[in-house]
Amino acid sequence: MIELFRSPSYNFIGKRRWAYLLSAVLLVIGLGTLTVRGLRYDIDFTGGTLVQVRFEQPPSVAAIRAGLARIQLGESIIQEFGDAREYIIRLPLTTTSPEELTKRVTGALAQEASLGTFEIRRIEFVGPQVGRDLQLQAVYAVLFGMVGILIYIAWAFKSLKGGVAAVGAVIHDVVICLGALSLTGREFSLPVLAALLTIIGYSVNDTIVAYDRLRENRGKYSQRGKSFAEQLNDAINQTLSRTVLTALTTFLSATILLWFGGKVLEDFAFVLVIGVITGTYSTIYIAGAIIVDWTQSVESRVARRKKAMAKA
Amino acid sequence: MPRRLWLRIGLVVLVVVGSIWYLYPPRESINLGLDLQGGIHLMLGVEVDKYVVGQTERAAEDLKNALERKGVAVKRVVREGLSTVVVELASATNWNDALTVAAELASFEMGQRDEKAGRFTLVMRERQLAQLRDDAVRQAVETIRNRVDQFGVAEPTIARQGDSRILIQLPGVQDPDRAKALIGKTALLEFKLLDEQTPVEQALAGRVPETSEILYQRRVDKETKVERRQPHVVQKRTLLTGAELTRAEVQADPNSPGNWQVAIEFTATGARIFGDVTEQNVGRHLAIVLDGNLYSAPRINERIPGGRAVITGQFTVEEARDLAIVLRAGALPAPVAILEERTVGPSLGADSIRQGMIAILGSGVVVFVFMLLYYRLSGLIADVALVLNLVILLACMAAFGATLTLPGIAGIALTIGMAVDTNVLIFERIREELRLGKTPRAAIDAGFHRALRTVIDTHLTVMVTAAILYNFGTGPVKGFAVSLFVGLAASLFTAYFFTRLLFDILYMGRRKVQAISI
Repeated sequence: MIELFRSPSYNFIGKRRWAYLLSAVLLVIGLGTLTVRGLRYDIDFTGGTLVQVRFEQPPSVAAIRAGLARIQLGESIIQEFGDAREYIIRLPLTTTSPEELTKRVTGALAQEASLGTFEIRRIEFVGPQVGRDLQLQAVYAVLFGMVGILIYIAWAFKSLKGGVAAVGAVIHDVVICLGALSLTGREFSLPVLAALLTIIGYSVNDTIVAYDRLRENRGKYSQRGKSFAEQLNDAINQTLSRTVLTALTTFLSATILLWFGGKVLEDFAFVLVIGVITGTYSTIYIAGAIIVDWTQSVESRVARRKKAMAKA
Repeated sequence: MPRRLWLRIGLVVLVVVGSIWYLYPPRESINLGLDLQGGIHLMLGVEVDKYVVGQTERAAEDLKNALERKGVAVKRVVREGLSTVVVELASATNWNDALTVAAELASFEMGQRDEKAGRFTLVMRERQLAQLRDDAVRQAVETIRNRVDQFGVAEPTIARQGDSRILIQLPGVQDPDRAKALIGKTALLEFKLLDEQTPVEQALAGRVPETSEILYQRRVDKETKVERRQPHVVQKRTLLTGAELTRAEVQADPNSPGNWQVAIEFTATGARIFGDVTEQNVGRHLAIVLDGNLYSAPRINERIPGGRAVITGQFTVEEARDLAIVLRAGALPAPVAILEERTVGPSLGADSIRQGMIAILGSGVVVFVFMLLYYRLSGLIADVALVLNLVILLACMAAFGATLTLPGIAGIALTIGMAVDTNVLIFERIREELRLGKTPRAAIDAGFHRALRTVIDTHLTVMVTAAILYNFGTGPVKGFAVSLFVGLAASLFTAYFFTRLLFDILYMGRRKVQAISI
């Protein structure tokens, strides 16, 4: 029998101060890059036109730019996509109709002789209204998803603290994923949104497994006389092999998607890889740690009040 | 074996057979999204308010006629804003008669009244307004479906989205520009009389009578390709529209070699109106107007019976063919605007699906092998359950007619992850119980029993999230939510119920169990 852990008893919760420091650093970096560099939104969210072109010969970006400069469509972004022969051209929103725009782009590229023959592989046009709607939708989806999770956990575990802590962990994961996107200059696109929602699901799933064990252990003989922190630490240790196994398989799958999935799946897989790591970590050190410190602060306040009452 | 066990086996067999029934044959049962297949995706916005304006104008016209029939002298009856009709009487003497006539317009209610000035307004009722907007979108969907059917696209999707949007997906279409022109053309064909009292120069100088307007006729010089726009003064009143049309066919234009024309034929009603109009206006010019562009304005030489006419305009054979299609399919009730467009070339779709599928298969294989190595026979059981999960999920998507897109595949990936997780959770629990010294059977029982609460909690929270996403999202977000929700329901069935069944069959027989392969 292969076993990763045999009755582990690591002191996770005891080391939470270090984790707070690490999380704080990550969150500061994440929020910092999000405010300074910001997120680059895909045209799904901003509106605009995207043209994907495959050239017969690897072209030079300068030649593409020179060709496009002629038609003056504003700031266009030219990016290699996948391999040296494939390029993506992004054009900002204009009043020109999408058909007209494509025609002009095709014409301009055809005029630049050094580019050789090419094939237009994909055209996407997103109007301003649709883009704005999608942005709102993404925000609503994430927000309401969190509210749903909070309500469910508060109800199922009869613990508002648990719900808040779980949502705290989710927010932590989302910020770090978005920060990683911003740092690596990747775009926030629809597949990335899907990956983010996946990570939210994953992170909560993990947290619930730990809470569940905690709830089950309550009132057991072995838990008698233990502090809340110790009880939670036991629950985390008892579910540790599950946590690590699941994280490992998910991490492996996501890594394979990242390596072999091609350009289309790349950003999606990237968020999954980051999210699995932070999702697993946040179960222990955000959801778990918050609930411990919260409970302790409530308990000490109650104790202080009792003391004060006793004095009086 | 106990009866309960047979019942459970029966249920599993039923689900498997049902799934295969829906899935067979797989190429036809699962719709691939355009990101995976290539084709055109269009989101159109119907300009519903223009339809409301048109209907209000028509109501104003009808009211004016009704008032005049009653002998009420009218100064003017016009539309104001979106859906208000302003009535100004020549004098206040027929005030009460006018109000009686106006009251017959059931879809409007009285707004302001000023008896002394002989002026009142009618405002469209809210219910009617909503109804009209709804009608406009519904008719537009119907018309576009007609056009696409005649254009000949395999498995098109034409669906209403939200209040005033229409989603169109045409898989595999090679000529996007043509398809878009065909779908987006309003195709409102109108017959109007030229206003021959007003010289064009005077109209261009801004002095156009209230009942007339300037329309342009486009002419492209075949040699120089220069486009000329020739202005005409045309009466605003529409005598006949394309709604009364039965046939539209492509013909060679006898007067202009190399060009094509569209011959149209009216219904009986249309033919009668056309006959009357031509009879009453012999010697005048009849303008043929399509979507606000004047195509030709031939002189009426005599009454034209039989209801036939031709539309000429230097068309190529393809242009003429598409024009005939849109005329046959009918006009859109209101103009549409393209809000979103995605055209994926078939080669790109094939590339992305090949690469994506390889990666997804690869990651699946890794998980499979891992489970097998780590949990041996139990891992194999989990793997079988995983396959069953995928089969059920895909069958459900086929049954709902859902479309598999990239975000949808993401949903499936999460589902697979959760299913594996459920089995890991159960197996780890069984190992734990074994370590506590329980017998294999007792450990299996306790393991499944103890893990149940957790499994339900994890599945329900993510299902709650999926349901919320479904309610707030549209399009891609919805696709993700659907595959997630269905996948989780399937995962509860396969990873828990089905795995348990296999364990029971293997270990719960009469013979004594020495050890579990886990």
